[in-house]
Amino acid sequence: MSRKRVIPGFGLSLGFTITYLSLIILIPLAALFIKASAAGWDEWISLLGSPRVLAAAKLTFGASAAAAAVSVVFGLLVTWVLVRYEFPGRRLLDAMVDLPFALPTAVAGITLCAIYAPNGWIGEWLAKWGIQAAYNWTGVFIALTFIGFPFVVRTLQPVMEDLGKEIEEAAATLGAGRWTIFRRVVFPLLVPALITGFTLAFARAIGEYGSVIFISGNLPMKTEILPHLIIMQLEQFKYDAAAVIATGMLLVSFALLLLINLLQRRLDWQHR
Amino acid sequence: MISMSTRTVTTESTLIRWLLTSVAVAFLTLFLLMPLAAVFIEALRRGWEVFLASLHEEAALSAVKLTLITAAVAVPLNTIFGIAAAWAITKHRFRGRPLLLSLIDLPFAVSPVIAGLVFVLLFGAKGWFGPWLAEHDVKIIFALPGIIIATVFITFPFVARELIPLMESQGTDQEEAAVTLGARGWQIFRRVTLPNIKWGLLYGVLLCNARAMGEFGAVSVVSGHIRGKTNTLPLHVEVLYNEYQFSAAFACASLLAFLAIFTLGMKSVVEHFSGHSANGRH
Repeated sequence: MSRKRVIPGFGLSLGFTITYLSLIILIPLAALFIKASAAGWDEWISLLGSPRVLAAAKLTFGASAAAAAVSVVFGLLVTWVLVRYEFPGRRLLDAMVDLPFALPTAVAGITLCAIYAPNGWIGEWLAKWGIQAAYNWTGVFIALTFIGFPFVVRTLQPVMEDLGKEIEEAAATLGAGRWTIFRRVVFPLLVPALITGFTLAFARAIGEYGSVIFISGNLPMKTEILPHLIIMQLEQFKYDAAAVIATGMLLVSFALLLLINLLQRRLDWQHR
Repeated sequence: MISMSTRTVTTESTLIRWLLTSVAVAFLTLFLLMPLAAVFIEALRRGWEVFLASLHEEAALSAVKLTLITAAVAVPLNTIFGIAAAWAITKHRFRGRPLLLSLIDLPFAVSPVIAGLVFVLLFGAKGWFGPWLAEHDVKIIFALPGIIIATVFITFPFVARELIPLMESQGTDQEEAAVTLGARGWQIFRRVTLPNIKWGLLYGVLLCNARAMGEFGAVSVVSGHIRGKTNTLPLHVEVLYNEYQFSAAFACASLLAFLAIFTLGMKSVVEHFSGHSANGRH
């Protein structure tokens, strides 16, 4: 690799990139970690072990994982239909899948509330059956699924489009039925993309704020998510507590993402 | 082209096809079309007059203005960064490239609320630079600079994430040929690279803009919600909603929903002209 650099602008573009990255992202995040580490072990344990934080963490991580899992199921179904079948309105629906990316989260939040609140479009109808879909766990779950499922569709779509029909034909020639072909031939090829989609949806859901806080109701110990708890600390000027909760949350989500990444690499390895 | 026999082995029976399509369409209608329709129907529930009056209200107008100013600063900054980062990463080979790529993605893994929090810790009244800023009468938190800087943090990766895969797939042959023919750095970018990436760049800028105008969590932490002063459009929507002015809240929300529809429409246009799919994540 002793080839001389041919294309100009390396020093300038890399220098600018690293300076800007440091100023906007790295130094501010470092400030957060320094602030959090200034608090002693005792403070960390008493804060993160407090019932309110634990309840919020359970809700945030639990509902995020559930929403990402449901996103995988519906994402797989939706992508399959969009890629494989022709039907009127297909292109419009395909374009609409990105809506949760483009719609501001606060708008999503109040809209989901208008739909699922007990006097809302669907909520009213659900209430007759005794189902409450807002201001509880279900509400948080619905908002996080809305935010998460486009990630699954958009990671899966290119993989499914590139899938040749040859292997399916070969399997059919060997006498396999449609369901067997899907289960034994097609599905294993989609697993890495499904895991990536799950990871992206999960990571986004953990930090999500705007689309959740309206439909969740933000009751401490019951329907309060971690980001809302951080804001509550800030409003009481408890900067230390906010920094510790934020750092704990970042560390747990980074660890989870790393774990899923490792799992995926292992799966990739087995397929090679 | 496809004979009857291959068709039947590589697709499902009509009944299964019909069933799967119905479930998928029902899910998308419930989860995408209904919320979008709900924004506009709720906005117009009390008639056009109320709708227009809520948009003409002074607080709404100042929120629109603040949102436009914020995007006008944040988007160009992150566009310049996106181009520089993509140039360094895709046109050159150096150690630490994968690390740099992950660091650019970092803001995606950080909750918007935490993004706001870090700037409060730095510039807030009790933050590191707080006393110094107060002494020199500079306000960052609960003021415009804080809103802008939090928005820059959140929209940081958008242009870079759109350009890097695109420029990576185009390789470096054309730029190397241009160097051989005696072109200078800026000339190469403008005459060789830019024509190849213009559609991807446009879409990256539009995505960045949509997020900059719509950002809620991070801005909410640093803004202080001062009506008519530090409320961006999404924050104004929240304030109206919490005051039970639902029609007005949805009227302002419908402006943001329009922006989302416009961004999605432009994505289809860009895909049409560039001939391949835009990345479009986040």
